[in-house]
Amino acid sequence: MIEDGRPIFLQIAESVEDAIVDGSLAEESQAPSTNELAAFHRINPATAAKGIAMLADKGVLYKRRGVGMFVAPGSRVRLLVERRAAFAESFVDPLLAEAQTLGLEPADLVALINDRAAARAAVSATIEGNPQ
Amino acid sequence: MTSVIEVKSLTKRYRDTLAVDDVSFAIEQNRIYGLLGRNGAGKTTVMSILTAQNFATSGEVRVFGEQPYENTRVLSRMCFVRESQKYPEDATARHAFGMARLFFPRWDQPLADRLIDDFQLPTKRTIKKLSRGQLSAVGVIIGLASRAEITFFDEPYLGLDAVARQIFYDRLLEDYATHPRTVILSSHLIDEVSNLLERVLVIDRGRIIMDEETDAVRDRAANIVGDSAAVDAFVAGREVIHRESLGRVSSVTVLGALTPADRARLAAAGLDVAPVSLQQLIVRTTQHAAGNGVGESAADAATTEEGALR
Repeated sequence: MIEDGRPIFLQIAESVEDAIVDGSLAEESQAPSTNELAAFHRINPATAAKGIAMLADKGVLYKRRGVGMFVAPGSRVRLLVERRAAFAESFVDPLLAEAQTLGLEPADLVALINDRAAARAAVSATIEGNPQ
Repeated sequence: MTSVIEVKSLTKRYRDTLAVDDVSFAIEQNRIYGLLGRNGAGKTTVMSILTAQNFATSGEVRVFGEQPYENTRVLSRMCFVRESQKYPEDATARHAFGMARLFFPRWDQPLADRLIDDFQLPTKRTIKKLSRGQLSAVGVIIGLASRAEITFFDEPYLGLDAVARQIFYDRLLEDYATHPRTVILSSHLIDEVSNLLERVLVIDRGRIIMDEETDAVRDRAANIVGDSAAVDAFVAGREVIHRESLGRVSSVTVLGALTPADRARLAAAGLDVAPVSLQQLIVRTTQHAAGNGVGESAADAATTEEGALR
């Protein structure tokens, strides 16, 4: 889970943000404590605390005195905006680079993306149609 | 932050070998430190001087602001778990824990009992009949249950299997979270312990070559992999600490965090970036130091990686 080459506190902050973005950590709900994060990821509690402090500085989490850290209202939308802005650079640029190596034009990519999206939709429709 | 240990210009000479060479550092309260380095680098010597089990040739050592030698006030607040701890003949593990309970004022018996259970340690068998791993478990249990304000673990896991080592790491983190204290962990299994460490001290041939926050070192180096000509073009002017080639592909380890501009350049050149773990970084830097040393042969440098940090 924790990967090499990047500061752990950043990865901890991102894992909490991931949970907020995908909705598993709702706004106004209590964020995992430093010690819970440290035990779960098997990392130094001070490092986990640094990740949490970063989210508090950023306004994603806020402190309720004597209780713990909570997800600030509006965090999810703000994180979504931030992630969408980063999406082009982190996902589209590498995709274009690899496509170029393989001799695929941007138009080919568009067709490919539409095909795959249709196939995905078909698969999830089948799964929803047969709830087992 | 308060320093609990202060070391100034510490030097230890054994006849004609310089084991510790003019070392200065401070250990801050309630943090977990890694004291890392190759065999014979001077780790155990430093720890035994700090715990008053060895004498410095010169330099100054302060623990809780005092000299540790024959100073019970200081010594009862420290616990040193050594790789080759000796126990009295015919003592059982139970006797060893009984003695520890008398010596350490913050000894926690319920924690000791729980750890005995965790490690499935036979407490009534004499210690000399215990297996190597069980002997290590005795030391680990004393180190954790003593809850000493400063605890040194010097390669505490000899003979402990992966499951038992994980129990040790988990219990250490768990107990540290509820009872913060200063821990100095010396280990060769750097990949296993790196996430537990808040700071790392790397000692190489008697000198401290790294004294930093562990997290700050994590993006300190990167492996650049790809076409040799493109790799060479990228690493020109950077500090290269390791280089490997296979046909036209090279993998080069460079020091220095990569900027977003660097990453864009790498992507444009079709080069891959692979992370460098703390263990790899330390292997590379201590190898690097050996390579630059006076009179070190190439063969010595080549055996560094396999021989030392396993």
